[in-house]
Amino acid sequence: MSGTAHGWLVLPLLLPLLGAPVLLPWAPGVQRTVSAVLAALTVLASAVLLSLVRGGEVIAVGVGSWPAPFGVVLAADTLSGLLLLVTSSLTLLSLLYSRHGVPGEQQERWYFPLVLLLEAGVHGALLTGDVFNLYVWFEVLLMASFVLLTLGGERSQLEGGLKYVTLNLLASAFFLAGVGTLYGYAGSLNLADLHLLAQFRSDELPWLIALALLFFAFGAKAAVFPLFGWLPASYHTPPAALTALFSALLTKVGVYAMIRVGTLLLPDPPQWLQSALLAIAALTMITGVLGAVAQVEMKRLLSFHIVSQIGYLVMGFALGNAAGLAGAIFFFVHVIVAKAALFFVAGVVEHRFGTAQLAMVGGHYARDPGLAAACFVAAMALAGLPPFSGFVAKLQLVHAGLEAEAYVTVAAAIGVSLLTLYSMTKIWAEAFWKDAPNPPVRHGWADKAPLAMRLPSYLLAGVSLLLGLMAAPLLDLAHASANQLLEPEAYVTAVFGR
Amino acid sequence: MEIVLAVLVGLLFAAALYLMLRRSIVKLIIGLGFLGHAANLLIFTAGGLNRSAPLVSLQTNAVPEGSADPVPQALILTAIVIGFAVSAFAIVLVKRTAAVAGTDDVDALRTSELPEGGSAEGEKL
Repeated sequence: MSGTAHGWLVLPLLLPLLGAPVLLPWAPGVQRTVSAVLAALTVLASAVLLSLVRGGEVIAVGVGSWPAPFGVVLAADTLSGLLLLVTSSLTLLSLLYSRHGVPGEQQERWYFPLVLLLEAGVHGALLTGDVFNLYVWFEVLLMASFVLLTLGGERSQLEGGLKYVTLNLLASAFFLAGVGTLYGYAGSLNLADLHLLAQFRSDELPWLIALALLFFAFGAKAAVFPLFGWLPASYHTPPAALTALFSALLTKVGVYAMIRVGTLLLPDPPQWLQSALLAIAALTMITGVLGAVAQVEMKRLLSFHIVSQIGYLVMGFALGNAAGLAGAIFFFVHVIVAKAALFFVAGVVEHRFGTAQLAMVGGHYARDPGLAAACFVAAMALAGLPPFSGFVAKLQLVHAGLEAEAYVTVAAAIGVSLLTLYSMTKIWAEAFWKDAPNPPVRHGWADKAPLAMRLPSYLLAGVSLLLGLMAAPLLDLAHASANQLLEPEAYVTAVFGR
Repeated sequence: MEIVLAVLVGLLFAAALYLMLRRSIVKLIIGLGFLGHAANLLIFTAGGLNRSAPLVSLQTNAVPEGSADPVPQALILTAIVIGFAVSAFAIVLVKRTAAVAGTDDVDALRTSELPEGGSAEGEKL
């Protein structure tokens, strides 16, 4: 592997990681501009990296020139490359949106460097090939998210933040305990090395205990049933720019870690474990959507939907076949795009009406038909209607589910889609379609939100539509990536540099 | 010795979870601290408890039989530093929350979950 490829591998991690501390002493205006430039460069680097790994190659580099399995290894395969591109693009959009979407006093409290640090943590977790290093990156991204979440200092933010911090720290302790158990038993932390050991150890009890601890931690961070309590308690409290970013990055990294560690360390999962995971996936979908149906505030409603959508991702992983994994990978891209678009719309609504309570808003269609259309596209995509991205993603998952004969989970996935459709029409009808509230808007910031707040929703809705109409390229990529995950020989070879 | 530490790790985990389930916000913080220590001790025990230094001898080109594995100890150092930063943040967060909410009862901290008086109406500092 050439040195240039190694450069493209580390750039998506290094740019935000070095940018964050360098930006600290500057004025908020400088931070805003430079962080956006750095985020744009990160998108570019991620795109180049994806183009390098698209064909099934794996790029790996030993940090500090220590050979695997002794040093920390960074490795990128198709899944890492794809998710890097999506997460870095969302970070860029969120930074652009933040200029008007985040109160000025919060921007002055190192908001922009912290977003870069969050991105660095996520990219580190996506690239690392070492299980302890994964723990470190999780802590980096958690620390940044803790501070960002409570930056406003409002009572609800602090209280939500406390629950978020407590449950995530509990998960981190279990993560650490799992790493310790795994190392004590197997004597290695390198994922590729552990994969080689897993061939003849993965059915032994200490191995399963260590993995159970790790999966508890990933599950709590991904907000699966019954560990999701922290998410609806906290995600609706910060500005919409942040909630969109959190929903795109944080829980998704938890599922990514499940897929990465699961496919490498448990290549042949026992039947009961698959059944348990499928049950958890179905329960996550159902409890999430039932929570959402009961909500009357846009950001809270959408936060519960994050939980529900995580169920679909876990379902794709739990099915254990290539089709299921491909569905989960397609779903990753779809849900990050559609969910962020909806949160950005919620921010615009909140910007205009001073609240996102559905009873107190309305008539936004007349004010901004373009945004109404974008919201409609994203909402229908989330519900899974054709011709939007969600339809392709869910169709693929249902196909895979029928192939694996997981009929109950498939039924849950389809039923939950109906309830999703219900709450999505509720959002659209209440915020855009019904008459404006009377007495009118309680505080008049602006009739129409600035373009920087509307553009991200337009772009994301466009992507969602495009992915629905021309699904083949991404679907092929998802299939290739799923096969690569299930047969990780190329990954192992690249990590060991042979 | 291993068995003593194993029991200690179990006790620490139990004490941590017990404290975190109490209603006092201060006990929550102490519980989180215990939790970190429990995980660190677990890794320490997993590396083996032996006082002989794991130096590679020139004769055999290998570490002596039965010496402790140094890698877990390096891991713990990292984990302790991370735990320190996280604890510092958590203590400040708890202090701020108690000051803004005017209570240290965890059950009373439900503003963010109740239907009314949510994000839009939150008290400013």
